[in-house]
Amino acid sequence: MSHHDLVYQKKNLPESLKRLGSILVVVGLVLGVAGFIFDAQRALFDYLLAYVFIMSIAVGSLFLIALEYLAGADWSTPIRRIPEFLSSLIPILFILVIPLLLNLRSIFEWSHPDVTSHDKILSGKSPYLNTTFFIIRTLVTVGIWSLFYFLFIGNSRKQDISKDQLLTKKNNKLSAAFMPIFAITITISAIDWMMSLEPHWFSTIFGIYFFAGSFVAALAAITLATVLLKEKGHLHPRMNNEHLFSLGALQFTFINFWAYIAFSQFMLIWYANLPEETFWFIGRWGGYWSYISLGLIFIHFLVPYAVLLTQPAKMDPKRLKFISIWILFAHVLDLYWLIMPQVHSAKAGALTILFEFGFIIAALGGIILVFYFNAKKQNLVPVGDPKLEKGLNFRL
Amino acid sequence: MSTNKLFGITALFNTPDELVHAAAKVNELGYKNYDVHTPYPLHGMDSVMKLKPSKLGYITLSFGLSGAAFALLFMYWAMSLDYPMIIGGKPFFALPAFVPITFEVTVLFATLATVIGMLAFYFKFPSNSHPLHDTPYMKAVSGDKYGVCIEADDKIFDSEKVKALFNELHAKEISEVFYPAIEVANIFEPKFITLLVLIGLLTSGATYVTLNKLIYMTPFDWMMNQNKVNAQSKSLFYADGFGMRKPVDGTVARNFIPYEYKGLAAPVVPLSNPLTPTNEVLNLGKKRFLTFCSPCHGNFGDGDSRLRGQFPNPPSLHSEKVRGWLDGNIYHVIVNGQNVMPSYSSQLSRDERWAVIHYIRALQKAKNASPLEILEAKKETSSNVAP
Repeated sequence: MSHHDLVYQKKNLPESLKRLGSILVVVGLVLGVAGFIFDAQRALFDYLLAYVFIMSIAVGSLFLIALEYLAGADWSTPIRRIPEFLSSLIPILFILVIPLLLNLRSIFEWSHPDVTSHDKILSGKSPYLNTTFFIIRTLVTVGIWSLFYFLFIGNSRKQDISKDQLLTKKNNKLSAAFMPIFAITITISAIDWMMSLEPHWFSTIFGIYFFAGSFVAALAAITLATVLLKEKGHLHPRMNNEHLFSLGALQFTFINFWAYIAFSQFMLIWYANLPEETFWFIGRWGGYWSYISLGLIFIHFLVPYAVLLTQPAKMDPKRLKFISIWILFAHVLDLYWLIMPQVHSAKAGALTILFEFGFIIAALGGIILVFYFNAKKQNLVPVGDPKLEKGLNFRL
Repeated sequence: MSTNKLFGITALFNTPDELVHAAAKVNELGYKNYDVHTPYPLHGMDSVMKLKPSKLGYITLSFGLSGAAFALLFMYWAMSLDYPMIIGGKPFFALPAFVPITFEVTVLFATLATVIGMLAFYFKFPSNSHPLHDTPYMKAVSGDKYGVCIEADDKIFDSEKVKALFNELHAKEISEVFYPAIEVANIFEPKFITLLVLIGLLTSGATYVTLNKLIYMTPFDWMMNQNKVNAQSKSLFYADGFGMRKPVDGTVARNFIPYEYKGLAAPVVPLSNPLTPTNEVLNLGKKRFLTFCSPCHGNFGDGDSRLRGQFPNPPSLHSEKVRGWLDGNIYHVIVNGQNVMPSYSSQLSRDERWAVIHYIRALQKAKNASPLEILEAKKETSSNVAP
C-alpha cells in the first residue's frame, strides 16, 4: 500500500460558510442592539456573556496548542491548524472588550466609589477591585495571550514554507513558559469578569472552574470543526476516525474534570454553610434558576458522560458532531448561570428572552467568519511540521 | 521439567513494524489461536489482529454502577433509617455529602472487578501459570524483542507450515514451547501440619501476651470510673467500711420543721393551724384524706371503714370530743398516732397534715350544721351562682 498518492492539497472553504457567518453576525447584532434599546443593562450582561464565550474558545484553543508542544504529542499535529485559527480570536478581544470597559459602572458594583466607601468588604477589596487596575489587568492578560498567540502561530506558519525543525523546538520552550502564565491569567480573567460581578462573594476554585468549562468548550469547537472539515475533505486524506479518538477522549476527560471541580466548589460551600459564601448559590436556586442549576448537572455532565463513555463513541463522527454542539450549548448555559443572576435590572418578560441570545448568535457568526478568513490564507494542515508524518500514522 | 506436548511455536522480531506486519499475515492466513507479546502496547496492533473491543468494560461498568448503588443505599439505610443522625444541621439523607463516598466506592468496586475480571478472562483464574512463563521467549519479549506465538490447538496448525511462515517473515528466532510438567506438592504431610499448628499456637500466644500484658492500656472511659467515694459504695478509709457518713446529732433537713411534742401523750401547748382554708388547701386536704384517712375513718369521717371488720373501726370524727379538740390536738394524733392508729408523719408532710385538718373541720361543719346555717349557706351559694 503506497501513501504517495495521498498527499494534502489545499481546498478553499465554501462561500456559503462566509454567508452563514455574516448572516449570524447581522441577525445577532440586530437582536443584541434591539435588546440594548429595550433594556441597556441586561444587554450589557448579554454582551459580557458573548465576550467571555469568545474568550474561552480562543484561550482554550491556545492552551491545546501549547499542550501539544509541551507534551510532544503528535496525534493532534494534523489538526493543529484548527485551534490555531480559533485562537486568532485573541487579538480581536482587544476590540471586543471596549464596549465593556466603557460601561464598567453599569456592570460592576465595585466600580461605584460611593458604594464601596460605605461597604466594609468592598472597601477592603478596593485596592484590587478598582476601575484603573481592572483595565490594566484586562489589557495585560489579553496582551500576554496575544503575544504568545503571535509567537506560536508565527513559528507554525513559517514552518509551512521553511520546514525548519528548530521552530518546533522554539515552540516547545515557549509552551513551557506559557503554561504557568496561562494558569495565572485565566484565573485573573475568571475572577475579574465573572466572580467580581458579585464582589462580596469569593471562591478560591473559581479560576479552575472557568478553565475546565472553557477548555472543554474549546475542545468541542475544535472537534466539531475537525469532523466537518474531514467530512468535506479539507483535511489530510490520510486522516481516519482513529485520529478523532483523542479529541473524544479529551472531551470526556474534561467533562469529568468540570463536574469534579463544579462539585468541589459546591460541596465545600454547602457543607460549611457560611452565609458569606452560600448566598451566591441560594441566589441561583430561587425561581426558575433551580431548573438551570440542576439542569447543568444533566446537560454539562451526565448526558456528555453517557454519550462519550464507550470507545467507539469517541471515534464516531456522528456522535462527536452531536455532542460537540451539545457541549457548546452547555458551555453557554454554564456561563449564563454564572453571569446572568447578577443582573439587577427589573425589566423582564418574553421580550427579554427574544433578545437574550443576540450577542451569542453574533459571536458564533464571528467565530465562523474568523475561521473562514484564516482558512482562506493558510493551509489547513501544518505541512512543514516534522511531527506530521508520525501524527498521520497514529493508530489506536 | 517440560512434557513433550507442544503448546505452540514462537517467533521473535527485532522491530515493532516487523511484528505488526507478521501479525497481519498470521491473521490473514486464518489462524485464530495466536497472540503477540511486546514490551509495551503497540499502536495499530488491535486493528491488524482484528480484535473485537474487550468485554471487560461491561464488567467494570456493571460493578461500578453496583458500587454506586450499594454506597448510596447503605448510607441511606445507615444515616436515614437505622440510626438517623443530624450532622451539621444537614438533612438525614444529605446527598452532596454522600457523593464523595459514592464516588470512592464506585471506583473501588470498578477497579477490583476489573483486576479480578482480567485475571479470570486472560489468565483463566485460579490458574496462576502459563506455558509461556519462564521461557527464553518471554524473557526476550519483556526486554527489547517483539514476539508472536501460534498455539498448537489452532484448527489449521501444522508445525512445519508455521515454521516456514515465520522463516518467510524473517523471524530472528523460532522456537517450540512445550507444556510444563505439572508439579504436585503434598500439603498434608504430617511435618507440615505440625509446623502450621505450632506457628498458629506461637503467634496467637505471642499476640495474647503482647496485647493484654505487655502493652495493655486502659481505653479512655469518658471519666466513668473516678478515684472518689460514691454514696452507696464500700470505703476502706472509714472503720465501719461505709462510704456514706451519718449526719451530726440534731441535724435538721432543709425545709423540715421538727414537731417538738413528738412521743408525748398530749401536746403541752397545742399548735394552731398556719394555713388559711382556701379552695386549694381544702382540695389538697380532701385528696390526702381520701387517700390515707378514709380507709379506716370512712369517706365522711363516720368511722365506717371499707375494711369490713378486718381491722378495728375507729370512733367517729363527729363525736363531741373530737369536735371540741383544737387543731393542734388532731395534729398531735396524726404525727404520733393513737391506740391502734400509727403515726402518719411519713405519709403526710407538715402542710398536708394541716390541710387534712381543715378538711376534717369542713366535714364536721357539714354534718352538724343547724337548719338555719344550711339555709344561709344555700342563700350564699345561690347568690354566688345566679345574679
